[in-house]
Amino acid sequence: MSGTFLGMPSLPVFGIGNLHEHEPFPKAAHRELGNTQLRANLGHATRTIRDKRLAVVSELPDWEELREAGRAIKESVMARLPELLEQFEANFTARGGIIHWARDAGEANRIVAALIRDQGADEVVKVKSMATQEIGLNEYLEEQGIAAFETDLAELIVQLDHDKPSHILVPAIHKNRSQVRDIFLREMEGVDPELTDEPARLAAAARAHLRRKFLSAKVAVSGANFALADSGTLAVVESEGNGRMCLTLPETLITVMGVEKLLPAWEDLEVFMQLLPRSSTGERMNPYTSLWTGVTPDDGPQNVHLVLLDNGRSAALADEMGRSALHCIRCSACMNVCPVYERTGGHAYGSTYPGPIGAILSPLLTGITAEENSSLPYASSLCGACYDACPVKINIPDILVHLRGEDVDSKRGKKRLPSQMDLGMKAASWALSSGKNLGLVEKALPLGRLAAGPDRKITKLPGIAGGWTQSRDIPAPPGLSFRQWWDKEHQAPAAPPAATGTGDAGTEENP
Amino acid sequence: MRIALFATCIVDAMYPATARATVSILERLGHEVIFPAGQACCGQMHVNSGYFKEALPVVANHVRAFEEDEYDVAVAPSGSCVASVKHQHAMIARRCGDAGLEARAAAVGRKTYELSQLLVDVLGVTDAAAQLGSYFPHRITYHPSCHGMRLLRLGDRQLELLRSVAGIEVAELPEAEQCCGFGGTFSMKNADVSSAMLADKTANICGTGAELCAGGDASCLLHIGGGLSRQGSGVTTMHFAEILASTLEHPAAVTGDVRLTTGRTAQ
Repeated sequence: MSGTFLGMPSLPVFGIGNLHEHEPFPKAAHRELGNTQLRANLGHATRTIRDKRLAVVSELPDWEELREAGRAIKESVMARLPELLEQFEANFTARGGIIHWARDAGEANRIVAALIRDQGADEVVKVKSMATQEIGLNEYLEEQGIAAFETDLAELIVQLDHDKPSHILVPAIHKNRSQVRDIFLREMEGVDPELTDEPARLAAAARAHLRRKFLSAKVAVSGANFALADSGTLAVVESEGNGRMCLTLPETLITVMGVEKLLPAWEDLEVFMQLLPRSSTGERMNPYTSLWTGVTPDDGPQNVHLVLLDNGRSAALADEMGRSALHCIRCSACMNVCPVYERTGGHAYGSTYPGPIGAILSPLLTGITAEENSSLPYASSLCGACYDACPVKINIPDILVHLRGEDVDSKRGKKRLPSQMDLGMKAASWALSSGKNLGLVEKALPLGRLAAGPDRKITKLPGIAGGWTQSRDIPAPPGLSFRQWWDKEHQAPAAPPAATGTGDAGTEENP
Repeated sequence: MRIALFATCIVDAMYPATARATVSILERLGHEVIFPAGQACCGQMHVNSGYFKEALPVVANHVRAFEEDEYDVAVAPSGSCVASVKHQHAMIARRCGDAGLEARAAAVGRKTYELSQLLVDVLGVTDAAAQLGSYFPHRITYHPSCHGMRLLRLGDRQLELLRSVAGIEVAELPEAEQCCGFGGTFSMKNADVSSAMLADKTANICGTGAELCAGGDASCLLHIGGGLSRQGSGVTTMHFAEILASTLEHPAAVTGDVRLTTGRTAQ
């Protein structure tokens, strides 16, 4: 960190790093939708995880109470975050750990690189971690001449393929096993050229490859799922045991964790250890849960560091409607049930955090006006499946709508031509804000019937409405609106049934 | 009971038969239906597109329209619009700093029911054939719309009402709980993703061999029906209210123009 006093940082400090969409979501989605292999892989994988999750969730009679407990604990953490962070720092430090505070991705990267260099190391092994993906640590370390080796099998696949993760839990969800075999044959040093796509053979190849790294690495870098304020303990929840190797074998362990990962007390783990595995992998219990509290003399890493990362979290916390997005425990249940994610995959979201949670978390961390992140809150049909699946009850649809409002408001008053959507919404606001106005508009329904022509459907519309007619017809409107019919039915009988010129055309129709 | 009908803008302008069917069902049960003339729209399109300022007059109009007349409950043949009235109106008033409107909107919301909620929970209708004379000799399938399912927790109310119609055959829709991809302006802003979701929904519908897909929201049915029409599938869509209103004497037709009587004197 800089030694020069630059004054108090101005707030909010927004997040930087791998949190940005670089093109509007619809454009990215259009490209990804064209990849039929991707759609087949994703459809198969998300359906499998969805079914597994449903099975293990439905066997718990108190699932809804657990969700509510998870939500309440997280809400209380957010309400007293400064106090809990200080409590955690005191306990972690008392047990021999060293805390570093990082305002944003740049600071965090510089701190981690300096700590690695202090050990004279030029390579590190890594535990799967979203925080280090978010800050772009691997790319930064590479620039600094330090090689970072991912040890989670799926992260390894993605790294060997020079690709980006597309899912926060199963980062290679977009690859099938024959694609994985091809990547190993192409990129893995000393791999058996006879390698098949049998999962056991692939795992064995990765195991041999990783074992060499574990035994030689002096420094490991991890993230953390939870941090317990009352004891200064960190926790990593994983399936493969490769994380356990990283957390125990090297001399130096550097953890990067977002400040929102805190839990007040050890017993709060009870709730989250039931919620997380069931929501993420669809398992009752994950195979490996590692917990460490500072340094244990002559056992495990002797230099234990923790980088506490803000990177936009304070800004998100300041948003009353959006702050509950920080409750996220990175389980990925929301993306597995999301019909949009299932079809576009994670890359379409640009950010490290894809799917429904990414569509709210990324713009909350970066600010809605950053790059193309303003397109993310619209990447949802608001079907609500994510909210139902979320183990800590983040109301993602409501926050999406809130952020859409922020986006629209941020564009008001700017010097620019109103968009078609702006104009349409303005006109619709007039038409739909009184029964009389809507009645006037309905007088034009016969025009719609005329436009529909003899086949009684409209197949092409101009402008943004053309998005509708690219795959859907619109039926010819009825001759009489309900309102007109009702008025006719209920008008005073005094008026003689004068010929209206249209007869009763359309009165009984529902095109 | 005196029941205020909220037709919803899309039913009013595009699917009047759905509102007429709703009137017919309620009148057959012996209730009086009124239509507050000031009503227009719930404002959900504006809200869900982020245009809160433009939504405010629409919300205010709805609240005003449903305060003017005396009635016991309000009903709309739409899960989505009722969810908006119940869950969004007060929020919009609050965001726009109108505490008075917020309280009034909440009061209107409490009196508003989705049609199947009203029929099953309030009016005790569980057997459409026996209680409404519903008759519909067709093979149908059913799509539960997202907002009714997840915001109102309608469960299987609509489906069970449909199953109790005489002559009907209900085919189970695979992946029924998946969104059809409509999502209001989502269908235009993210037309490609929306179309991909729709393609899977229509393929599932066509795979059931049903003549039509029933549902409880005209907007989703407009979307699904628009896709089925574009694909030349010959399968159509229909609101469950029209199926409940269909009788042996005045059956609702499935193909082409659906002709339907309302239970009032035929003209």
